[in-house]
Amino acid sequence: MSYVVQRLLTFPLILLGVSVLVFVSIRLIPGDAITAMLGTEAGMMTPDQRAALAAYFGIDQPVWSQYSRWFLGLFQGDLGVSSIYAKPVLTVILERFPLTLQLSLMAMVIALGVGVPLGVLAATRNERPSDLVVRVLAMLGQSTPSFVIGVLIIYVLSVFFGMVPAMGTFTPITVDPWASLGQLFFPAVTLGFAFAASVTRISRSSMLDVLSDDYVRTARAKGASPMSVVWRHALPNALIPVVTLSGVEFGYLLGGAVIVEQIFALPGLGRLVLDAITQRDYALVQGTVLFVAFNFLVVNLLVDLAYVALDPRIRLGSR
Amino acid sequence: MTPLLRVRDLHVGFGRDPKANEVVKGVSFELMAGQTLAIVGESGSGKSVTALSINRLVDFGGGQITAGSIHFQRSDGSVLDVTQADEKTLRRVRGSGIGMIFQEPMTSLNPVHTIGAQIEEAFRLNRGLTGAAGRQAALDVLDRVRIPDAKSRLAYYPHQLSGGMRQRVMIAMALASSPRLLIADEPTTALDVTVQAQIMALLAELRAETGMSMIFITHDIGLVAGIADNIMVMQQGVAVEQNQIDAVLDNPQHDYTRHLLKAVPHFSAGKAVRTDGHRVEGRAPIVSVDDLVVRFPVGRGLFRAKAAVHAVDGVSFDLQPGETLAIVGESGSGKSTTARAILGLNSHQRGAITTAAGRSRRPIQMVFQDPFASLNPRLNVEALLAEPAIANGQRKDAALHERMQFLLERVGLPADALERYPHQFSGGQRQRLCIARALMLNPDVVVLDEAVSALDVSVQARVLDLLVDLQREFNLAYLFISHDMAVVERIAHRIAVMFAGQIVEIGEARGVLADPQHSYTKRLIAAVPAVERRNQHFAVDMTQVPSLVRQAGYEPPEARWRQAGIDHQVRVEVAS
Repeated sequence: MSYVVQRLLTFPLILLGVSVLVFVSIRLIPGDAITAMLGTEAGMMTPDQRAALAAYFGIDQPVWSQYSRWFLGLFQGDLGVSSIYAKPVLTVILERFPLTLQLSLMAMVIALGVGVPLGVLAATRNERPSDLVVRVLAMLGQSTPSFVIGVLIIYVLSVFFGMVPAMGTFTPITVDPWASLGQLFFPAVTLGFAFAASVTRISRSSMLDVLSDDYVRTARAKGASPMSVVWRHALPNALIPVVTLSGVEFGYLLGGAVIVEQIFALPGLGRLVLDAITQRDYALVQGTVLFVAFNFLVVNLLVDLAYVALDPRIRLGSR
Repeated sequence: MTPLLRVRDLHVGFGRDPKANEVVKGVSFELMAGQTLAIVGESGSGKSVTALSINRLVDFGGGQITAGSIHFQRSDGSVLDVTQADEKTLRRVRGSGIGMIFQEPMTSLNPVHTIGAQIEEAFRLNRGLTGAAGRQAALDVLDRVRIPDAKSRLAYYPHQLSGGMRQRVMIAMALASSPRLLIADEPTTALDVTVQAQIMALLAELRAETGMSMIFITHDIGLVAGIADNIMVMQQGVAVEQNQIDAVLDNPQHDYTRHLLKAVPHFSAGKAVRTDGHRVEGRAPIVSVDDLVVRFPVGRGLFRAKAAVHAVDGVSFDLQPGETLAIVGESGSGKSTTARAILGLNSHQRGAITTAAGRSRRPIQMVFQDPFASLNPRLNVEALLAEPAIANGQRKDAALHERMQFLLERVGLPADALERYPHQFSGGQRQRLCIARALMLNPDVVVLDEAVSALDVSVQARVLDLLVDLQREFNLAYLFISHDMAVVERIAHRIAVMFAGQIVEIGEARGVLADPQHSYTKRLIAAVPAVERRNQHFAVDMTQVPSLVRQAGYEPPEARWRQAGIDHQVRVEVAS
């Protein structure tokens, strides 16, 4: 447990680094914030009005003082106020996050649920037709961009089945679980497609390695059935690379899936960041990036804990 | 009486065209109930493939039985032709007729399950014992393989056990099915010599207790001499000789058997030590090591490590030009760490290592154990040999080329070898390459870390001869690290015995081997298997190596030494 505490203690340091980086880099984007916020109306403003607006958002100050003000606010749970939504940044993020979290989880369940069995199947039928079919499918899945899959799904559903996938709406899972899962099903499939393909490939190769290990031979010498050899003896040993991959992918998904959200018109974190950047909503960009970085750290910690659960040889805390 | 196992004209092949790639080419033998057959041969002789064919595990390794029959008598008296049986029947036979243990106890147990779970699984599969009954059966069988404190060990994972313990667990698992036949595929090759003696004694006792038959596969005739009834010698997929053990050992008929018997380095307790190039009292040493200490910190404290592994503790010796000092000891004794320390390859070492000015700027070179892993497969021989010279600032010129040619010829490799890559050479040839590479800079000292351990016996003998020749020709000093007493006897002038990070006995080879003084040296020498001592009975000895982890700041008590001969010192043992 002390390992978890140690890791948690490093979080603030990493987040501090991330916050400095994002604070500086967003200000390096050419163009000024007021113009980006107001668009064409910016031309009608007097310099005085401009200055007043800049003072209102605090962006007339030097960067370091802007940073220190924002940084001090963090300790009170204040990430600043979004200029687009005129709401506290944290509130905006927390409105969007449930969708992204649920979408990411669904995509991962689909990816693991499809990818691991397919990978195991391919490995146990190495070089036989079913292995080749799986390998071709995986290659296809990895090389097809997600917008192609998304558009294809919408096309097939509407043209052949005459139904339009629910778009632009999201019912929280706490309100109506079935509606919620239904709304996110096709977006999750779209996201999970490439993810599943990577999982398939990595579980196949990892499983192939493990199947030639000595302890698998021992299990066979004991008279264990093929099912038991594969699922009980080999698979737990083959899962570590799958967990590593899933952790990284899941971390990315939590940052928002811009393209899929765009295609299915979903109000997730991805579009939020995109809007915030194009409209120079400094506070919102900073807040979201920090939030995403924090999620990434948590996911990595969970991945490390999963290693320990999977492999007793890995002991945390010691060298 | 029908034999337990009758193998007739067995052919096994590999790959897409198994008939063309035969590894076993017509082997026949019989095994009566309660008897032990030893299959002896060098790597590539097909001995393991023959054994794996008996329970058809060979199928999973890409092999295929192309011809012949294997008749196995099952417990109900019916006879099954294993080559024709379906997978379901085979699973039952594997579980409850034929038990098997393997060479690598380190990798043969599943790392993610406790040993209790793995043993209980064997009971569940073969006897239908589940729950408490399975646990009790696992406890009993652990007792039978003499694992102390069995109850708490059930919850251990394999990595928490030593190699010898793991092999016992493997044996326990094989016993779970009360097999009528136990196949042991080089079960002690990866183990230390004293542990090997323990396992052999255990197998002999279990065989007497259960009356099971055994097939024992090994490359070491000396090892099986005491346990086998019959012996079958294999070479390149063919059984060249099979007979009762005494007949084969005392009166070998086939040339290859004679060659094997001659090549196996027999340990003869100091009678076969070298007589050339003795140590000259008072000559300046080329390397001297004084109070070498290597400690690896473990366990994290707030500011510094709470404890340390005392890998090497207070080791001192010196090495004269032209002399071989052998360091013997078992795994974990610190012998390899000492070797690495001479080259400054450890991160936590202290103590003085003084090297006299030698013939070149880098007077110490090293040859490693595994000739397959220590040559970069992407470089050809020319690049491999040039590497140390280039690292030392020399240019790749005609003189360098000439030296390569000279050394290649000297280690017995063809001159056209320069263009070739490591995978085109055999294990013995590769080790010759490694030796040539070590000699490129004209060193004074060569550290040989288990340099012949991975080689087949007949190859080993020739490489040892080469090493002796090179030593005479170039006046080389060798620091020869080995666990194999018989090999050490062939090459050492002096011997240092290491135990738990310390030298416990050091001196002239004959004295140490013929008249060991320290209790550990005595135990080590008694454990060496030998053809001559085949009727000697080994008692099951459960002595364990003490833990080397010490609290931070711990210093071992000052060593006191006793003189046992002119050049023979023994560490005084303190009762603890």
